[in-house]
Amino acid sequence: MNRTKRRALLLVNGILLIIVLLWTVPTLGLLVSSFRERNDIQRSGWWTIFPHQEWVSTGETRPLPEGQTRDLPITIDGVSASYDEWREGVDMGNNTQIIWTGNLRAGNLTVLQQEWRANLNFTTDNYNQVLSGREYVLNNPDGTTTTVQGDNLVGAFLNSVTVTIPATIIPILLAAFAAYGFAWMNFPGRRILFIIVVALLVVPLQIALIPILRDYVALELNGTYLGIWLAHTGFGLPLATYLLYNYISGLPREILESAFIDGASHFTVFVRLVLPLSIPALASFAIFQFLWVWNDYLISLIFLGIGNRDAQVLTMRIAALVGQRGQDWHLLTAAAFVSMVVPIAVFFGLQRYFVRGLMAGSVKG
Amino acid sequence: MENIKTRSDNTFSPFDLAIASVLVLVVFAFLYGGFIFLRDSGANQVIIAFFAIFWGVGGVAALFYVGNMFIEKMPHQWSARMQPVLFVGPALALLAWYLAVPTVRTLYLSFFDNNSQNFVGLKNYEAVFTERIMIEAFTNNIMWMVVGTTLTVGFALMIAILADRSKFERVAKSLIFLPMAISMVGAGVIWKFVYDFNPDIGMVNAVVANSGNEPQAWLSLVQPWNNLFLILVMVWLQTGYAMVLISAAIKGIPDELLEAARVDGANEVTIFTRIIIPNIAGTLLTVITTVIIFTLKIFDVVMVMTGGQFGTEVIGVRFYREMFTNGNAGYGAAIAIVLLIAVIPVMVYNLREFNKRRAF
Repeated sequence: MNRTKRRALLLVNGILLIIVLLWTVPTLGLLVSSFRERNDIQRSGWWTIFPHQEWVSTGETRPLPEGQTRDLPITIDGVSASYDEWREGVDMGNNTQIIWTGNLRAGNLTVLQQEWRANLNFTTDNYNQVLSGREYVLNNPDGTTTTVQGDNLVGAFLNSVTVTIPATIIPILLAAFAAYGFAWMNFPGRRILFIIVVALLVVPLQIALIPILRDYVALELNGTYLGIWLAHTGFGLPLATYLLYNYISGLPREILESAFIDGASHFTVFVRLVLPLSIPALASFAIFQFLWVWNDYLISLIFLGIGNRDAQVLTMRIAALVGQRGQDWHLLTAAAFVSMVVPIAVFFGLQRYFVRGLMAGSVKG
Repeated sequence: MENIKTRSDNTFSPFDLAIASVLVLVVFAFLYGGFIFLRDSGANQVIIAFFAIFWGVGGVAALFYVGNMFIEKMPHQWSARMQPVLFVGPALALLAWYLAVPTVRTLYLSFFDNNSQNFVGLKNYEAVFTERIMIEAFTNNIMWMVVGTTLTVGFALMIAILADRSKFERVAKSLIFLPMAISMVGAGVIWKFVYDFNPDIGMVNAVVANSGNEPQAWLSLVQPWNNLFLILVMVWLQTGYAMVLISAAIKGIPDELLEAARVDGANEVTIFTRIIIPNIAGTLLTVITTVIIFTLKIFDVVMVMTGGQFGTEVIGVRFYREMFTNGNAGYGAAIAIVLLIAVIPVMVYNLREFNKRRAF
């Protein structure tokens, strides 16, 4: 009984480990690669940072055998193989390999030996290059140099911060006021208005993009911070109002009533009592909205404009980089990681609130 | 409390009201000045960032503050009537501008041509449902919906149940949950790297080449399976969310219930199908609808990884292309309306649940 139990537990943990590896290795690969040199990334996989056996030249070369032809097997040191096989390298036993470099007549034979290696050659050059907007000189393997323009992700990072912080706080403020109004005030149309909020929870935001873009063009809000804050606020409000209403309407009635009896106004009760008491709910939604805005691509693409490079946020710059430099993995990996640092830090720092918010949340449109 | 007095000696004074209205105007002037400064200034970007955050957040708070001051200085009867407007009004105004009214405006636009000049009736809808590329997009979205949702919920269920029995529950769940913090654009880069054609770069092709097979261009040439490889990216992103909800629901099942079943000789499979699943049905429904809506609107992943080429077109990308690349407002609007219609069942369900739950 005990043995089967232990075996079952081993199976559970084994499967769990495999899943966890599947989920984390892609991100790990990106992180490792972002610190590897450009030429290393092109030549060897990031997993070669782990100790592995590799064929390394011993420096010893041999003369070519006489009278060889392309079609017949060639024998070297008693081992026969075709020319094409020799070019790929042939195992000679004794942990050595011989490889034919150069062509049939004028090549040479190099002796390789298998050794344990780990490519631990790391650099922060990739980050320097993507972060700054300066020109950057690269050394190519053949000795020439290439000058490239840096990608100025610092600018995009600042834009992301400037877009995200107000686009997180403004909807929370508006939603908290509204939630309090719905929960503790009596006014005509209260019920139907809240039903509209609930109905808007799942409306896909695509529905709004065409008309709102027209308004923005007319009001000259396109490409402005105010425009994008308001857009994120508008699209985040249904969920924010709904979540905060659920929380604020559940606050103990006695506390608020005693404040009203003391003559406090709604505004005072809201600022002095309700906001401080609602901090857990506010924090939960804040994390949601923060991650949502920071990671958003579509809304910024439309309202910040593709043409205006100065206003682009990180996601837009990275998506553009994928298009322009799809094979420059040393830059793409570093750039992607720059965009992930903040949300991952927020996530690990405030995971508890985040999970609590998820539980309270329903479906967002 | 120091503000006990504010209300009790609130007798109406026109002078106070005038001062409050001046304050409201001052705040508006300050906000407008800030807007012009942000739009036209060439100042250092760090300064701009600080100023913008201060202006935006401070401005909204100041508006509420002076707005309330203004209302409290009104004659009492008016003041009581205007208070809800101050609290609920701003949120409702934005909801109306950004979501409620655009629904009607988009519906209207969907009956007009490219420039919204000429009425074309149902022609846009006809094109949406007959064009080859749209059929491809619909087919792919259905694939996303069915395969993506099944895999996400399947993995989430499996992980939740396994983790529940493991010592490493917290670490494992935390790591699987982590992709939730990563943007879809970032995830697109991560997985493009994994799928890269060069076996010295892409992990998948490294495994393939190591086992003696030819590397494949997974995202472009391996059709129609390339859609599946894109869907896996979404599964990777969303499983954490589904897992957290499902795991909490499973923990909510009373232990006595499970113990009783075990004493009666039920095996783990029976416990899973007869006790766990029925007990978490509500949560499963929430998770499934959320993931379905997510797949319906999928945009970033496809846009970054294939741009909708190689047979991977989806509705979200079509909408963007028609609206922006092709400047085809009517057609784009029709696509948006189709998306809206697709979520109406969920909307109706939400409203029903809301009505059932409480006398508001």
